[in-house]
Amino acid sequence: MSQAHIDQVRQHEKYKILVERRRKFSLKLSAIILVIYFGYILLLAFMPSVLAQPVAPGMIMTIGIPAGLLVILSVIVLTTVYVARANKEFDPLIKEITEDLK
Amino acid sequence: MMAWIVVFIAALWGGDLSAAPTIDGGEKQPLNVPAIIMFLVFVALTLGITKWAASRSSTRKDFYTAGGAITGRQNGLAIAGDYMSAASFLGISGLVYRDGYDGLIYSIGFLVGWPIIMFLIAEPLRNLGRFTFADVVSYRLGQIQVRCLAASGTLVVVAFYLIAQMVGAGKLIELLFGLDYAWAVLIVGILMVSYVAFGGMLATTWVQLIKAVLLLCGATFMAVAALAYFSFNPEIMFKEAVAAHPAGGSIMEPGQQVKDPLDAVSLGIALMFGTAGLPHILMRFFTVKDAQEARKSVLYATGFIAYFYILTFIIGFSAIALLARDPSFFTNLANEPLHIINHLSGGTNMVAVHLAEAVGGSLFLGFISAVAFATILAVVSGLTLSGAAAISHDLYATVIARNKATESREVLISKLSTLVLGVIAILLGIVFEHQNVAFMVGLAFAVAASTNFPILLLSITWSKLTTRGAVWGGFSGLVAAISLVVLSPTVWVDVLGNDAPIVSFKNPAIFSMPLAFFMAWLMSITDRSRRGEMDRAAFDEQNVRSQVGIGVAEASSH
Repeated sequence: MSQAHIDQVRQHEKYKILVERRRKFSLKLSAIILVIYFGYILLLAFMPSVLAQPVAPGMIMTIGIPAGLLVILSVIVLTTVYVARANKEFDPLIKEITEDLK
Repeated sequence: MMAWIVVFIAALWGGDLSAAPTIDGGEKQPLNVPAIIMFLVFVALTLGITKWAASRSSTRKDFYTAGGAITGRQNGLAIAGDYMSAASFLGISGLVYRDGYDGLIYSIGFLVGWPIIMFLIAEPLRNLGRFTFADVVSYRLGQIQVRCLAASGTLVVVAFYLIAQMVGAGKLIELLFGLDYAWAVLIVGILMVSYVAFGGMLATTWVQLIKAVLLLCGATFMAVAALAYFSFNPEIMFKEAVAAHPAGGSIMEPGQQVKDPLDAVSLGIALMFGTAGLPHILMRFFTVKDAQEARKSVLYATGFIAYFYILTFIIGFSAIALLARDPSFFTNLANEPLHIINHLSGGTNMVAVHLAEAVGGSLFLGFISAVAFATILAVVSGLTLSGAAAISHDLYATVIARNKATESREVLISKLSTLVLGVIAILLGIVFEHQNVAFMVGLAFAVAASTNFPILLLSITWSKLTTRGAVWGGFSGLVAAISLVVLSPTVWVDVLGNDAPIVSFKNPAIFSMPLAFFMAWLMSITDRSRRGEMDRAAFDEQNVRSQVGIGVAEASSH
């Protein structure tokens, strides 16, 4: 790619929007999964008794089981949310940018 | 080639028949005929695919990335297959059987790296690279230095991972099929080299796909059949498991796994970020055509892996209750009160295999045994291919031949590297037979998190990263991760036999990964060299391509 071509892309309004929105979105989702996972690990390490409580009085299943499943579920939900927005918003933007600059 | 190997394997088993009734030290199982037949069918099928793939793999792009023609869904399944190793299938279900809840903590750790790959790595990786992740890191940085670093990171991760898999394979096959350890390692090595050297990425991917489907179907059947014993009510399953397990109600609580907070967080870091630095996983992103398909790959992979880990959790927990009902799964020679862990025939790695027999009879036992063998083959093939690519594409073509090698020569070198890696893997597998190799997978993840992941992430996102910074960052992470593991209880005491460890924690990533980032930052911002100027200046062009994929099509056709 020539320098002129690169500058042309970088100055394109839609390119700026794409880069900024996607950066914010990726960082936000990454922060969410980091908080969920390390929150879970720190809970395990410092307050294991919370997770050792039964889900309801008299039950064998502990809160730890649904808590673990929720972490797994959040992984799936977050990746799905990312793909959905990328398909709906980022891909069309990329397409418009490349077509504008053809 | 195919006929030769089938005859060879048949001869081996034939030769072993006479020895079968005598079980070595209570470990080796009697010859498992349905398992062997099903495994031979798998081998015949995969060698057939290899032959087909060989006829379609002539160029470098074919060999490394199956011509870039794998779909997102297929690739997601293949990535999940790389991840669903025999270690995670048998190992995690065994861990759940032994420790209960703690097994789930491990599974979650292995899963949480995937969103990070999705949000930060997958699309730029596909937009910037062609064959190895070193292509991405060296996109604007000094080729020679960075490729040496990335190849070191790759080969160290592949070596540790491969040794762990080979030793596990040998022991498992000895147990499942009643075949000698050395023969088992040799067969795994030969088949793996055949798939990779002749069929390249295309064959390696299809072997992985077939195995992933078989494993997911087998594990689904097992989990559903097991749950049926408890009227599909998890509470009844947990209740019976607690009643049958020597540790009682504590299997429902977090336990030993997370006693030390520092170690727990450090392991979490290694598992989460190590996933995003595993070379054989990263390489799979180049087998799809564009960033969109790469994204789809991660989505499918995450779904399959999450589903698989939920199955292993059910398998492990239901096995506690179900195996205890049948004394034939236990070897209790001294007639002590039955201890479902200490007396389990073959040890806790056999939990899933025993459960297969309990819920599906001997034919299904054969099926699961054959799938476990297939799993090992598929995983070691993927590892070997990424190691071979690091040698031929990163070290040979760039560092040694200085980009002057012809494409066919590079492919030849990667085939030879495959052969050499296969021989080394067989030898190391035999050498390490009696060593404790459990720490090696953990070390592979720690190195991936401390070397490959930091330089990959920084090269994509941080405009001020220079060659000097990347090299210092990557090598400090590598050296720190390995040294800390060597000085830790797992190697210094358990392997080397010293009395006390020099460092008390087992997982190095909490120190080695930040160190890598810090050194990369420090050595980049203080870099006043001409090369550093070039590195920084080239970021804009790289970033445009990373963001929108402009120029990817032209690049993949040369």
